[in-house]
Amino acid sequence: MMNKTLCLNSALPTKDSNAPNFSQKVAALSQQAIHTCYQCGNCSAGCPAAFAYDLQVNQIMRAVQLNQEDLALSAKSLWLCLGCATCSLRCPNAIDVARVMETLRHLARQQNKITVPVVEKFWLSFLNCLRAFGRSYEIGTMVLYMLRSLRLTTDLDLAPQALAKAKLGLLPHTHAGRAAVGRIFTRFAESEAQSKRDKEASSCN
Amino acid sequence: MRIGVFICHCGSNIAGTVDCAQVAAKAALFPDVVYATDPMYTCAEPGQAAIEEAIHSHKLDGVVVASCSPRMHEPTFRKTVERAGLNPYMFEMANIREHVSWIGRDIEANTRKATELVRLAVEKLRHNRPLQAQEFPITRRVLIIGGGVAGIQAALDCADGGIPVVLVEREATIGGKMAKLDKTFPTVDCSACILGPKMVDVAQHPLITLYAHAEIEAISGYVGNFSVSIRQRTTYVDWSKCTGCGTCTEKCPSKKSYDHFNEGIAPTTAITIAFPQAIPKKAVINKDFCRQLNGKKCAVCAKVCPTGAIDFAMEDSFVTENVGSIVVATGYDLMDWTIYGQYGHGRYPDVITSLAYERLMNASGPTGGHIVRPSDGKEPKSVVFVQCVGSRDPAIGRPYCSGFCCMYTAKQAILTKDHIQDSQSYVFYMDIRAPGKMYDEFTRRAQEEYGTHYIRGRVSQIFPDGQGQLTVLGMDTLLGRPVEIKADLVVLAVGIEASRGARELAEKLRISYDAYGFFLESHVKLKPVETNTAGVFLAGVCQGAKDIPASVAQGSAAAAKVLTLFARETLASNPQIAQVTAKRCVGCGKCLRCCPFGAIKSSLVKGEEKAEVIATMCQGCGLCTATCPQGAIQLAHATDDHILAEVNALCRL
Amino acid sequence: MQLAYFPGCSAKGSSLDYELSTQAVMAALGITLKEIADWNCCGSTPAHAVSSLLSSALCARNLDLAARAGADLLATPCPSCLSNLKATSKRLEDASFRQKVNALLDAPCAETLPKTTSVMQAMAELVSLDELAQKAKLSLKGLKLVAYYGCLMSRPAELMQFEDPENPMLMERMLTALGAEMLDFPLKTACCGAAFGIPQRPLTAKNSGRILELAANLGADAIVTCCPLCQMNLDLRQAQAEKAMGRRFALPAPYYTQILGLALGLSPEDLGLAKLVVPMDGLLAKLTPKQAPLASEAPSSEVSE
Repeated sequence: MMNKTLCLNSALPTKDSNAPNFSQKVAALSQQAIHTCYQCGNCSAGCPAAFAYDLQVNQIMRAVQLNQEDLALSAKSLWLCLGCATCSLRCPNAIDVARVMETLRHLARQQNKITVPVVEKFWLSFLNCLRAFGRSYEIGTMVLYMLRSLRLTTDLDLAPQALAKAKLGLLPHTHAGRAAVGRIFTRFAESEAQSKRDKEASSCN
Repeated sequence: MRIGVFICHCGSNIAGTVDCAQVAAKAALFPDVVYATDPMYTCAEPGQAAIEEAIHSHKLDGVVVASCSPRMHEPTFRKTVERAGLNPYMFEMANIREHVSWIGRDIEANTRKATELVRLAVEKLRHNRPLQAQEFPITRRVLIIGGGVAGIQAALDCADGGIPVVLVEREATIGGKMAKLDKTFPTVDCSACILGPKMVDVAQHPLITLYAHAEIEAISGYVGNFSVSIRQRTTYVDWSKCTGCGTCTEKCPSKKSYDHFNEGIAPTTAITIAFPQAIPKKAVINKDFCRQLNGKKCAVCAKVCPTGAIDFAMEDSFVTENVGSIVVATGYDLMDWTIYGQYGHGRYPDVITSLAYERLMNASGPTGGHIVRPSDGKEPKSVVFVQCVGSRDPAIGRPYCSGFCCMYTAKQAILTKDHIQDSQSYVFYMDIRAPGKMYDEFTRRAQEEYGTHYIRGRVSQIFPDGQGQLTVLGMDTLLGRPVEIKADLVVLAVGIEASRGARELAEKLRISYDAYGFFLESHVKLKPVETNTAGVFLAGVCQGAKDIPASVAQGSAAAAKVLTLFARETLASNPQIAQVTAKRCVGCGKCLRCCPFGAIKSSLVKGEEKAEVIATMCQGCGLCTATCPQGAIQLAHATDDHILAEVNALCRL
Repeated sequence: MQLAYFPGCSAKGSSLDYELSTQAVMAALGITLKEIADWNCCGSTPAHAVSSLLSSALCARNLDLAARAGADLLATPCPSCLSNLKATSKRLEDASFRQKVNALLDAPCAETLPKTTSVMQAMAELVSLDELAQKAKLSLKGLKLVAYYGCLMSRPAELMQFEDPENPMLMERMLTALGAEMLDFPLKTACCGAAFGIPQRPLTAKNSGRILELAANLGADAIVTCCPLCQMNLDLRQAQAEKAMGRRFALPAPYYTQILGLALGLSPEDLGLAKLVVPMDGLLAKLTPKQAPLASEAPSSEVSE
């Protein structure tokens, strides 16, 4: 993927279409002036996850500028971003790069481009517990995550200490709001499903 | 009246979105218009010849040209009609380019607006009267503000051309930033060796009067006759007695003063002579650090001074100089880079500015030219240079390029290797800007011959690693990998900003400045050293980032402008000035108070107070005409009648 | 003094010691924390990583509960919760977004929602450094500490509005007032690796390792924290960081509230010190009773040179 020669012409806007191109779409969703990025690399220079990235942050910004949707949304980096916003703080063009990364993550998820599934599995495990209990439940999250990711020994090295120090609640703490939180999740799932149906309907037309 | 109208196509600049032929056809129907046409390029030689020809053949006594902004070509066309025998003020210009064709694409609307503007110009012309300029004598002396290399060049050129020069320098010595530099690119010749002789020439030139440690207090007057008040800031040393022997600086016990000339890389004494080649080579006491001036008993300098030059009671004094022209060459300052928290806010001693690095490398600097780390005096082996610190950084409101950092950084990398053979330099850059003669070759040399590693990317953070070195976190965008360098010394190529006080000085000079405080030239391409105030010229970085050769060239250019201005004994006054109708004037004096040029005085006419305009001082700004409650002051060439005629014409359309 | 309080989920689990020490210190300073009833998780990173809407709905419910309880200021000890709450308040300024959030809630959230702040900032607002120093029973003199803030206290800067985002100094000011020597710590806002300790261990181990290494190189006795997740990465996961960096740190990573509590004379039990994985015994031994300023030490009016 990374070594493929990119054809930039295909990304040119067509004259008779008013539909925003990928770059404009990301700019609108993130409310960031993507076109002002001049590739100084400061975002990547300070990125604490850069060593694990397949595509550096500045390269992702470049891919967006050139409307390389597939390249940008397939980057594993989107899922390894720690969300620390060091990039945003130091961008000389005042682009909130972390917000652009988050926007791309949302778009990638919508297109089922989940290139680091373990990260998403961890998040979904967390959210499933949250949906059930209203508050986060660390052991529950871990068990769910280990089952989903089939990484059954995750953090087993920490378990003795964590349990000895009572760092992990063995039981979820219960509270009256859990049902209300469950309803938030249910409505959210419905709204996601609805917007997906709307999108499919509009693309058929 | 017989009026000719010329609707210029300006190639496609105007004709692209204005139907020029139609405008000409409509103009032919306007009152008193006897001839209308639409030439391709009116300002070109054939275009001007056509105007002259039309004046003769159609017996025109007034001309309207509808084309571009009058800023550039009104003088051109006034000369054209004058050559054909008309008074130059029997000419009007309508701006249908900047005000019409460049700002709208609707041909129909543009054509209509262009027609309306031509209609106004015709109506104004119908009310014009021939005006005659007066000649007034000028003071053939020039004031040069700023004694950096640009100001020095301007001063020497003017003085060599026979014009007496008043040179005002804010610091205690002339030489500016160049005097602080070690070597200069791309030849790597010693800065002091090439600048020093010029500084001595300034000191020795019989036609140059130097005021160092002095600032401009106030300026009044106009081209040909400015009056300048200069504040001689106190030095606490009587320079008429000081021989520059330096005994005082050796004996001064206050040895922890901030050394401005050496960019603070080492402390100095409270009484100093900036550097060995200083011009003038005179001592100055830094009031902030002098014991005697801070209520303690000391006065050691006064005791040791062999000529009794120390004067603790000295105060600022003022001098007035009359000049006919002014060259502004106030240079620049470095921006305050300590706003960058990611580079330590200035709290890491081994993160220094490039200008401080010059003083570290300079044989006349505090280390005698040995490159050592400010923190521990050790020789650095790994030196990181960071470009664009405070340049091209819109997030902090500094989008502009500082112009010369790429080049001096290449030079500093080369010199680092020359000084310390077993050192390695790294340069973090965004783009290498080296478009001058032999410049790109120079940056290549830094890489090819001196082994400097150029890394394309900005630096995110610099911090001490707790083990005596600095960690530099950067990015190599060419490799697509973040990089980390352990550095002994980090040199920041700090961006430039307009010299402190530039805006206030611009107000005094009545010249314009841009959003960043750099002075505005009259035309970005064709009048690069002129300002919009007649007789005031620019040289050097005060106008915008430029390197030494460009600054020197501008210094010479400004001098040429001064010499051109002074090639005549007198100047023609602008006849478009205010005039008082004494009958209507009630002597209320409002015009006297509002005139920014002091060009109106009160005089007795038949025992009554009346306003009177001093023709040579009036700049024709029109403030008084708007202020006069009686309508007694009118601006020639823009009277109430003129304006009402235009309004009427527009309303009738 | 009363302060509406959102403890966050960690307070009831992995950072119980933060919760204990926060409660104990605030009580000692005369501030009562009033926990909002029936609160829920802010959604943490996973919620906003999946959807801003989901994250905001979860937070909006909490802000609404606080508003209905009459709070105009809501404090939380957890920077991650604070960041989500603040981001939600900001997003809710947009009417159409607010409408979407309301559609996910049982009932539309209150028109006016409380402002949000960290317990640390609230403490600094309510208790001056002088007062803090006066209330101290033990001196931190002789302790060399570094303050570590992590990412979210100060970033995104416009949202968090916390100190100089590159060099916050609030913990330094507090701990200096109590006698500690605070070392300049350039990585005080660097990222520890956040929640990636579970799915991508190297990300967390290397980043936490880098931070611990600098603190150790500087000679710190402890790295003082204010975020449950950072604290977990620096303390519980310190062994993983040590493995990644190939050296041993044994550097305690207490919460700032635990250090403040010690200075205020609170017991190690009240402060949950036993929950720290890297023990603080060496540090505890350095604490000395606070000495009343002696007359001879009073600043003299004129110091001769």
